[in-house]
Amino acid sequence: MTLTIENLQEIAKTETDVLESYRYRINVCVAAGCLSCGSDAVKASLEEEIRRQGKEKACRVRAVGCLGLCAVGPLIDISPLNVAYQGVQPSDAPDIIGSLTGAPVSRLLLPTDHPFFSRQKKIVLENCGIVEPERIESYIAAGGYEALYQALRQMSPRQVIDDVTASGLRGRGGAGFPTGLKWTTVYKAQQADKYVVCNADEGDPGAFMDRSVLESDPHRVIEGMAIAGYAVGASRGYIYVRAEYPLAVERLRRAIKQAKQLGVLGENIFNTPFAFDIQLRLGAGAFVCGEETALIASIEGRLGRPRPRPPFPAEFGLWGCPTLINNVETIANIAPIVRRGGDWFAGIGTEKSKGTKVFALAGKINNTGLIEVPMGTPLREIVFDIGGGIPAGRRFKAVQTGGPSGGCVPAQFLDMPMDYESLKDVGAIMGSGGMIVMDDGACMVDVAKFFMEFCMSESCGKCVPCRVGTAQLFGILERITAGDAKIEDIDTLKELCDLVGAASLCGLGQTAPNPVKSTLRYFENEYMAHIRRHHCEAGVCAMGKAREDTA
Amino acid sequence: MPPATASPALSSPSPSPAAPDKRLRIIDRTMRLHGYASHALIETLHAVQEAFGYLDPDLMRYVAGRLKVPLSRVYAVATFYHFFTLKPPGEHTCVLCKGTACHIGGAAEILRQVEAMLGVHAGETTADKKISLMIARCLGSCGLAPAGVFDGTIVGNLTLDTVVNKLQEWRSHDADHRKSAGDCENRDRCP
Amino acid sequence: MTSNASIPPKPRTDVNPARIYTLRINGREDETILTVARQNGIDIPTLCHLDGLAERGACRLCIVEIQGSPKLYAACVTLVKQDMDVITDSPRIRDYRRKILELIFSERNHVCSVCVVNGNCELQNLAVKLGMTHVRYGYLNLTHAVDASHPRFSLDHNRCVLCLRCIRVCKDIEGAHTWDIAGRGIHARIISDLNQPWGESETCTGCGKCVQVCPTGALSEKGKSVAEMTKRPEFLPYLQMMRKEAEP
Ligand SMILES: Cc1cc2nc3c(=O)[nH]c(=O)nc-3n(C[C@H](O)[C@H](O)[C@H](O)COP(=O)(O)O)c2cc1C
Ligand code: SF4
Ligand code: SF4
Ligand code: SF4
Ligand code: SF4
Ligand code: FES
Ligand code: FES
Ligand code: FES
Repeated sequence: MTLTIENLQEIAKTETDVLESYRYRINVCVAAGCLSCGSDAVKASLEEEIRRQGKEKACRVRAVGCLGLCAVGPLIDISPLNVAYQGVQPSDAPDIIGSLTGAPVSRLLLPTDHPFFSRQKKIVLENCGIVEPERIESYIAAGGYEALYQALRQMSPRQVIDDVTASGLRGRGGAGFPTGLKWTTVYKAQQADKYVVCNADEGDPGAFMDRSVLESDPHRVIEGMAIAGYAVGASRGYIYVRAEYPLAVERLRRAIKQAKQLGVLGENIFNTPFAFDIQLRLGAGAFVCGEETALIASIEGRLGRPRPRPPFPAEFGLWGCPTLINNVETIANIAPIVRRGGDWFAGIGTEKSKGTKVFALAGKINNTGLIEVPMGTPLREIVFDIGGGIPAGRRFKAVQTGGPSGGCVPAQFLDMPMDYESLKDVGAIMGSGGMIVMDDGACMVDVAKFFMEFCMSESCGKCVPCRVGTAQLFGILERITAGDAKIEDIDTLKELCDLVGAASLCGLGQTAPNPVKSTLRYFENEYMAHIRRHHCEAGVCAMGKAREDTA
Repeated sequence: MPPATASPALSSPSPSPAAPDKRLRIIDRTMRLHGYASHALIETLHAVQEAFGYLDPDLMRYVAGRLKVPLSRVYAVATFYHFFTLKPPGEHTCVLCKGTACHIGGAAEILRQVEAMLGVHAGETTADKKISLMIARCLGSCGLAPAGVFDGTIVGNLTLDTVVNKLQEWRSHDADHRKSAGDCENRDRCP
Repeated sequence: MTSNASIPPKPRTDVNPARIYTLRINGREDETILTVARQNGIDIPTLCHLDGLAERGACRLCIVEIQGSPKLYAACVTLVKQDMDVITDSPRIRDYRRKILELIFSERNHVCSVCVVNGNCELQNLAVKLGMTHVRYGYLNLTHAVDASHPRFSLDHNRCVLCLRCIRVCKDIEGAHTWDIAGRGIHARIISDLNQPWGESETCTGCGKCVQVCPTGALSEKGKSVAEMTKRPEFLPYLQMMRKEAEP
């Protein structure tokens, strides 16, 4: 039996009808953030309470993905009342169920006109918190797999690629490479076997955008990959996902199984000759495996050490075949682009950075969580309106973007639009979307040292500049934060940054000096205070006198 | 070519008497699923670690023989990827996140204190084999920084007190219930 | 020779022109910059490269500039292209190469005066050639043990530069794959089999190829005292050729 569009529509209709037969839908976030605050227990007690009050016919509890404001979880949201609750405990269930017909439970209320919600524009996250990640029917009811149908039945591969090119979508994995161009290269490669790989290694320590998408809306990634496979001529796909994300792995496994059962993966999809299959591969705790040649080596069961490029994976990738590698968020944008057209997407964002970007807000900010805003949204709006500003009345100091490959953006650039070019101009990068907000309690030398320690321990050790250079850089930074450095060390630091950046083999080494370079650029005075006066303004580094006192 | 290895004499790596054959079968299944191809090495090592808690030399030898991967390559892969561990874990595992958000949130200080309290460095197990202390590079729960994983359960907004309490609980819980095994909250790992 | 190259007459003016060697490349595109340069008598320093072994591009001493690109390229792994202008030597490249070499010396422990290959060491020769006079970086001194368990050879990790020539020759030419590399980053280290002492390795045939290709005093024959050990890696291109012939 092959799947038809009528089947899809029927599934969607049944799902919608069933949902609408319930007067209240209680959506409980079961993504990792809320789960770790016990949202599964909340869900169970809500169900129990509904049974107890005999409201099974009127209420349905749904397990949905991340609602964004993970810091105040467990979150629930009740439609169609448009009421959201935060920090819900199992003991709150009777009040919540009891209040459905009356006034909301005010002590738990989360205002839904909060700028955190109203200033966002959701494309990638449009289904997060809406669909049930463990049920394919729920995704289909939200228009899922229609884009795949459209691509397979109404468009040629060339047309799909043209749409992606017209959208202006750029890779969300860090480098911002035009996605349409990458697809074209793989499309043009003359080889029977090709692969599509979804990079879900999310190595930036402090970023969780991809995790949320995988946990909250796994089918979107599957649909995007299948469309990519059709466009470039690949029939096999791999998702390389971190082993540190067990829930994402579990949901992906389930989603792939459901997709195969339904027939949106497998042979003759939608009655066309197109066949596509997806396998999962687990990472094993190596940041460098996010680099594409290392990622390929790792899928092949080898050591995740990068190799020189060219040849690029688009020509010589997995098992030596042309391979399309895209980030999770890049792929999550594909179905909407196909459904609504490249021009629609190109109408969002700035001239050179199209669409939206998901950011993971973390660090010293009130509303930590996941947000999605149009490219070019000013940093100030993100930090102070959506993010709710800095807690405990402290002063904003900088945000770090791009993780260990990125840099910091200090306060004087708060009005800067967040897009690829502007960030590059100030010495930071877009990266994958991790945004760590720092207040005046952060020591920038310590931050630089933190990232260098990360790069040193994640260096694969293949090439000398990165293997030894990062260790030397870390040593110097350690001396500075211990108050043992000399003024000449700053020159050595700068020279080494230049060498490691220029001579390393892969992106890890080439970008490892960035956090140091960027903190030196804006906060050299802090370095100097550590060296000259043995003084750490933020009080983070225990040095000199203070060290001896505690010893 | 590595020498063909006969079925290894399995020194039971954990105090658990659970039949080693059953766990071996899980590993065999993984290899079979991938047609005993050498590229299944990482997947197979995941299976080994899941079944046994760590990578035992005899098991590495076994996998090398079955997948026809050189011994030295198996060892290289097992030590390149930090997710794999070659030493048996303690009864309980405490993973503290050392990602950026958690660092900014004060994870470094918590780690320092916990190391001092347990008398081990991150990556090590206490002498009484009770607690393994690990670090992670971001658990993806940065919104709840500082975060950690206690016997498989993610806990957010950690403070030194909450961590210390949890560790104390493990220590005393086990002292009280030494005999009533099976009652442990982490039945997967705890025999 | 299918490639013709010459030192072009147009020197750059922004750097000292006397030290710049530019290679203008026309011809076959399946050869590396290093091969073409050497065919034309232009020297590029190398360490991890060895004629007869698969390339690795790891030491980065062979970095060159390609006109029109801000990036640096490892000559041993970059294929030539029609009309490519390659700068094989310039003050900037020299400076980088010297610093890379200093990083290598700073990593472990090199005391030439007591070393078996003193006077016959590729690393030492590079230091002379690149005019390295001192090491500006602090010594990391990651000291390791010496493995003298093999009846005929010994391995001194302190002299190892992780060029991985030993791994490649043992795996690709001898076919034993006794060596591999454990750990990563600054803690990476050569190991045999399951991290056993070399003498207990089940796979080593004792052929000695790894010893001959090792550029430093890390791998040596037993019984040699200071400065007595010389190496003969010249057998390699021949062996590689013969192995290829033998393939079906
Ligand atoms: C050291 C290093 C780590 C990387 N980590 C990731 C990662 O975790 N996730 C990711 O999507 N891309 C990562 N990248 C970028 C990928 O190599 C690659 O460019 C990207 O997956 C391409 O997808 P895109 O075009 O959709 O961005 C990393 C690159 C480097 C050099
Ligand atoms: S730059 Fe670092 S991570 Fe990349 S190949 Fe070199 S040593 Fe490995
Ligand atoms: S290996 Fe070479 S450089 Fe190192 S100590 Fe021996 S002679 Fe000196
Ligand atoms: S002596 Fe031969 S077989 Fe033994 S490790 Fe060296 S190259 Fe390999
Ligand atoms: S032992 Fe010798 S050949 Fe092997 S990596 Fe070390 S220096 Fe290179
Ligand atoms: S995990 Fe529940 S809101 Fe993000
Ligand atoms: S930084 Fe600790 S969970 Fe992400
Ligand atoms: S010789 Fe080219 S990188 Fe080592």
